[in-house]
Amino acid sequence: MAKTLVQEFTKGLWAEIPPFRLVLGLCPTLAITNTLENAYGMGVAVTFVLAFSNILISALRKIIPSKVRIVAFIVVIATFVIVVELVMQAYTYALFLKLGIFIPLIVVNCIPMGRAEAFASKNSIVRSALDGLGRGLGYTIALSVLATFRQVIATGAITIYETPITLFGPAFEPFRFLVEAPGAFICLGLMLGLMNILGKK
Amino acid sequence: MFGDLAVLFFSCVLINNILLIQYLGNCPFLGTSKKMETATGMAMAVVFVLVLAGIITWLVELYVLVPFNLKYLRTIAFILVIAALVQFVEMFLKKSIPVLYTGLGIYLPLITTNCAVLGVCLINIQEDYNFFQMLISSFAYPVGFGLALVLFAGVRERILLARTPKPFQDTAIGLVTAGMLSLTFFAFKGWV
Repeated sequence: MAKTLVQEFTKGLWAEIPPFRLVLGLCPTLAITNTLENAYGMGVAVTFVLAFSNILISALRKIIPSKVRIVAFIVVIATFVIVVELVMQAYTYALFLKLGIFIPLIVVNCIPMGRAEAFASKNSIVRSALDGLGRGLGYTIALSVLATFRQVIATGAITIYETPITLFGPAFEPFRFLVEAPGAFICLGLMLGLMNILGKK
Repeated sequence: MFGDLAVLFFSCVLINNILLIQYLGNCPFLGTSKKMETATGMAMAVVFVLVLAGIITWLVELYVLVPFNLKYLRTIAFILVIAALVQFVEMFLKKSIPVLYTGLGIYLPLITTNCAVLGVCLINIQEDYNFFQMLISSFAYPVGFGLALVLFAGVRERILLARTPKPFQDTAIGLVTAGMLSLTFFAFKGWV
């Protein structure tokens, strides 16, 4: 059953949204969703890598021998990750420092790798591009939702661009637990459970 | 000197536990923790590969990337080194130590995409560790990984028997449990 091009794009936004439906790419999900700015910064970086690696891998799918395909995918993905790294270092240095080690780690994020293996190596360039964009966007949305929740409850403020904006009056008691490591795990677990309730099939 | 290294060892294993505090390597953490057997297999494979990968990537950085001014290629160089190393280790074990191969075999290919491995290699460089510090950290981080993984697998085996609400079954309750476990490791903060 062939999907239309629009469906190819929208499936990444709800039906197969990473990381909730597709439990992949958890490390950055947990680590950088402490502020909204970090979350969408990471989301945009992943979207870029995902879209371009999908396009290139799809274009090369007839040339790459299947025995060395994993290494070939890694090289393609790593190349785009380096591009992102250098661009961020040049233009958004503060964000680059905050995301730190998690930018090079996009290479081993399972989402680009998984899409390359499961989709881009079998489908046309246009479809792969849409698939990459859709999932990247879905990932960005998911990270942003999680980050908004965590940051607002934990600090009473939200960072849209560089400086946090305080949302509540002085009576607000921050719940710091949520921006620490244990809070990240529990929050993501609750979010997954919530998604399961909402998306009952 | 020795005291510093001991402190580094414990801070890598417990205080900065790679899984629960630094959030690296979570995919295999959730994937292989359903059974104790797979958890121990994965833990041992990670220790084995990371010590080798740590040493090799450290040498690559020092003798290849820095002298030739290729630091911007670090990501791609490291991941290729790790991928090649994993492949090599797999072939070597298959040929010479078949007992170990049957134990670690199926987990080895998974390690290439385990972000804990690349993560620790990058941390070693970022923190400017010297050779001994690098050796300790490349050993201690995976030990911490194994410790957390085995603890978690033990808890998870019990959860399978418990009655959990339907939407929370499997991964969701797993993550909440990981949060509790992370809380216990959190208590080590401020210990050193």
